[in-house]
Amino acid sequence: MTNLIEAQDISGEHYNFAYLDEQTKRMIRRAILKGIAIPGYQVPFAAREMPMPYGWGTGGVQVTAAVIGKDDCLKMIDQGSDDTTNAVALRNFFVETTGVGTTTKTKDASIIQTRHRIPEETLTKDQVLVYQVPIPEPLRFLEPRETETRKMHALEEYGLMHVKLYEDIAKFGHIATAYAYPVMVQGRYVMDPSPTPKFDNPKMDQMEALQLFGAGREKRIYAIPPHTNVVSLDFEDHPFEVTKFEQPCAICGAENVYLDEVILDNDGNRMFVCSDSDFCEDRRAAGHVGLLGTNPLDADKTTEEAE
Amino acid sequence: MYVAVKGGEKAIRNAHKLMARDRRGDTNVPSLSLKQISEQLYLSVSRVMAEGSLYDVELAALGIKQSRGDLIEAAFLMRAYRTTLPRFGYSKPIDTAKMLIRRRISATYKDLPGGQLLGPTFDYTQRLLDFKLAADGEAPAPETQEFEKEEVMPRVTDLLNDEGLIEQDAPIAPDAPVGDLTREPLTFPAERDLRLQNLARGDEGFLLALGYSTQRGFGRTHPFAGEIRLGEVEVDFFMEELGFEVPLGTMTVTECQMINQFKGSASAPPQFTRGYGLVPGQGERKVMAMALVDRSLRAEELGEEIDSPTQDQEFVLSHSDNVQATGFVEHLKLPHYVDFQSELELIRKVRKEWQEKRNAAEQELVAEAAQ
Repeated sequence: MTNLIEAQDISGEHYNFAYLDEQTKRMIRRAILKGIAIPGYQVPFAAREMPMPYGWGTGGVQVTAAVIGKDDCLKMIDQGSDDTTNAVALRNFFVETTGVGTTTKTKDASIIQTRHRIPEETLTKDQVLVYQVPIPEPLRFLEPRETETRKMHALEEYGLMHVKLYEDIAKFGHIATAYAYPVMVQGRYVMDPSPTPKFDNPKMDQMEALQLFGAGREKRIYAIPPHTNVVSLDFEDHPFEVTKFEQPCAICGAENVYLDEVILDNDGNRMFVCSDSDFCEDRRAAGHVGLLGTNPLDADKTTEEAE
Repeated sequence: MYVAVKGGEKAIRNAHKLMARDRRGDTNVPSLSLKQISEQLYLSVSRVMAEGSLYDVELAALGIKQSRGDLIEAAFLMRAYRTTLPRFGYSKPIDTAKMLIRRRISATYKDLPGGQLLGPTFDYTQRLLDFKLAADGEAPAPETQEFEKEEVMPRVTDLLNDEGLIEQDAPIAPDAPVGDLTREPLTFPAERDLRLQNLARGDEGFLLALGYSTQRGFGRTHPFAGEIRLGEVEVDFFMEELGFEVPLGTMTVTECQMINQFKGSASAPPQFTRGYGLVPGQGERKVMAMALVDRSLRAEELGEEIDSPTQDQEFVLSHSDNVQATGFVEHLKLPHYVDFQSELELIRKVRKEWQEKRNAAEQELVAEAAQ
């Protein structure tokens, strides 16, 4: 029985660096290289079962595990924040299986694994952004069959998507897709940016950092190499529009950033704060103050700690 | 608040501690041993081995204990462990005709060579709660007698073969590659070997419902339970270094051969076709459902009309895996406030536009009435 019990300890000798065996990592790296060579194309790969559930970031974790080295510094975010429950769990997974350094500072990280956001700070050529992807196929909700959608990509047959966007305009007067807004990569493949808000779409265009996308359950990897054209789909008379917020961040005063709406009390009072928690902290450290001055959630926390 | 506030790490640790306490339950009650689970809950162990895709009774018992009896969670634990194990190669195909039979029944013949052997089964019991069990009463031991092992227990499907009434196993080249969807991503259309692998790992409840739907007319296949057998088979492995096969041990398997009607096509005469089910351990419901689904998925190969979910490869194979399914369904628990925020903004915008349009229309009406 001892061997079973020891095997539970993932930091022990029973598991390889970054959990996956070297052969599996090579297989994943081959898929990544193919993805980089064909920007926006979904490369099938033999995703492994991971010790966290499907749908909870297994694709991103496998991509990160395949590219991470001992000298890397990892930042793990979910919904833009380093402190969301699953970000904490996934960061701990890599700390235990690799021992690499981690950070919450965007600029200090060499690998950033993310779910649903792109950091506000501009990324550089020395960084890799790894996205966790639930449904990699942008056409999936228009056509449920993989056999069909693969054909559509091969033939560059994206009429269905344009019809969908057009129907939105006919019905609502504008395109009614707020997140997972489809993009055209380097003029060839229509790609799902993972469910990031469309606010983040422009950041993908000509980004200096390498962008890698991993979908574990669906067994697909895709990539956007640095300096690639990424264009959000639109029409000449209905150009793509970025979500605009009416007010700046309530605690750091940042404008033109993505904000989370936080309900403060039972009367429905709310504040809007930066979704990118590191960006917000940096600004506050630099002396920027928003309308509310301090973070009301910090006050709660201080009381809790005092207790 | 479960996100956004620092301290998530501590909260997670505490949640896990609480779960461990709940798992243990009342400490005045002795803790379950793995032996108790593997001996007394063997059907659970079987299901976890099948859906966890790893034949190891002890690990399955540990999974069941660790998951508090949640069998899908236990299968998930098995899968996550299995994926880290080195792969030495593939065994030779097991030969179920050489099985040491514990149960073997056929619904298509009254009697047949080798006989009907009822074996350990719930069938024919009256489903009355047994209060003797609650009082820890021991059941009388079954009677035993010497027996001679039959070298080969012919399969019912081989017996029908004499007249050419039933389709034959597709010939397999000895060096044919072994399909393995845990090493290569599944692509469509999938061949039968991969389909069977997918079904063998698939969720028992899902296959049961699909198989049931074919019986109720959604892609009817006219099935007969040709044979169900349970017992031990030897697993052999060809050692390249030695140049010969060595036995690795025995494993318990349950097998089902369904016999189905087939009206024939231009190229094939009318004859019986087959659906196949096999799982590690004892899992009769699963193999029967699996055999029904397997047969339905052969619709295209047999030139049958495809109009039911169970005949649809992409539908069945993409949704049979309960570890994938539970992960994706339950991932909805993860924070989604960023996407939700964009939806909030969008719906506010759409509602505002709707209200403006309505107000304008109302004003127009008022203006018209005034005129």
